[in-house]
Amino acid sequence: MKITIKLVGAFRVGRFKEEVREYPPSTCVREVVEDLRISNFLLGSVLINDVHAGGDSMLHDGDRLCLLPFMDGG
Amino acid sequence: MCSMGELSNYIRDLAEGGLLAWPLQIAASERFGVSVADVERVALEQGILPARYQRNRNTVSVSQQLILHRSTVAVIGCGGLGGNVIEALARLGIGSLLVIDQDVFEEHNLNRQILSSPATLGRPKVEEAVRHVGRINPAVNVIPYHLAFSSSNGPGLLASCDLAIDALDDISTRLALAESCAEVGIPLIHGAIAGWYGQVTTILPGDDPLNTVFNVHGGGKGLELQLGNPSFTPVVVAGLQVAEACKLLLNVGAPLHGRALLVDLLGMDFDAIAWGER
Repeated sequence: MKITIKLVGAFRVGRFKEEVREYPPSTCVREVVEDLRISNFLLGSVLINDVHAGGDSMLHDGDRLCLLPFMDGG
Repeated sequence: MCSMGELSNYIRDLAEGGLLAWPLQIAASERFGVSVADVERVALEQGILPARYQRNRNTVSVSQQLILHRSTVAVIGCGGLGGNVIEALARLGIGSLLVIDQDVFEEHNLNRQILSSPATLGRPKVEEAVRHVGRINPAVNVIPYHLAFSSSNGPGLLASCDLAIDALDDISTRLALAESCAEVGIPLIHGAIAGWYGQVTTILPGDDPLNTVFNVHGGGKGLELQLGNPSFTPVVVAGLQVAEACKLLLNVGAPLHGRALLVDLLGMDFDAIAWGER
């Protein structure tokens, strides 16, 4: 299945801003995060099709996945 | 002692072109034994703008300036974001600022925190906020709280506020702030920064804050520990937060509700993404 992945902020460094990637059916968000070698500790928010989702949320063909880093500074 | 009617007449007689110059605001304050904030209020109530706000005028009308003067905004955190937020709110003309921070200035704050200087090292950040605002706009009432914000003291602190601005640097206090704002029914303008990056969003009463910000994060430290913060990122994000505060107080424009503005200063990319609840 094809998933459009959008990375935000520091996640883009050494990766990409937006890319369409192929994954097998029943892939969940956490597996994509691992595939991209993003630390779970630095993951702040996940959006699937502009709606908040979790690490265990299942992806479907054509989904648009957005991964936001955990920004805590002030 | 004076009657407000006498003060009103005095201000009206002195104003030129609808503006009250600062020396005359001081003179009115001394002559009638009232604060410069009282003079500002009486002037605005009769459509006269303190001259310090004249460049606001085509963006913020005189009647809107009175709304800002009557507003109370809480700033939680007086560091990188908070210092810039406090400066901009004071120059905008917010009447009362509640500033909350338990910290004192340390040397590693000097690269970005505008309330800090070598002379202020070791001093409470909230005390410097009071001094700084007193220098730039004495008509603003600053109420300092040198304490740690928590879910137990939060609702009491925020009860008199129209909105709160998140300028914190850790997730557990941010969530306590969001819960407190929900409890007292006021908007919360969230901002966070790390390195070249930042984010801003507005959480309104009735939203689920846990489902809005950091919805998958389990706690601990985030990107700031790795990336630090340079001088320019807090300026940008604080400016966005204050613009959002101004809009919410005046009920104008399109707030960042249900969406987040993501700032990437390395790529010079500003992206407002939809940000819906599950």
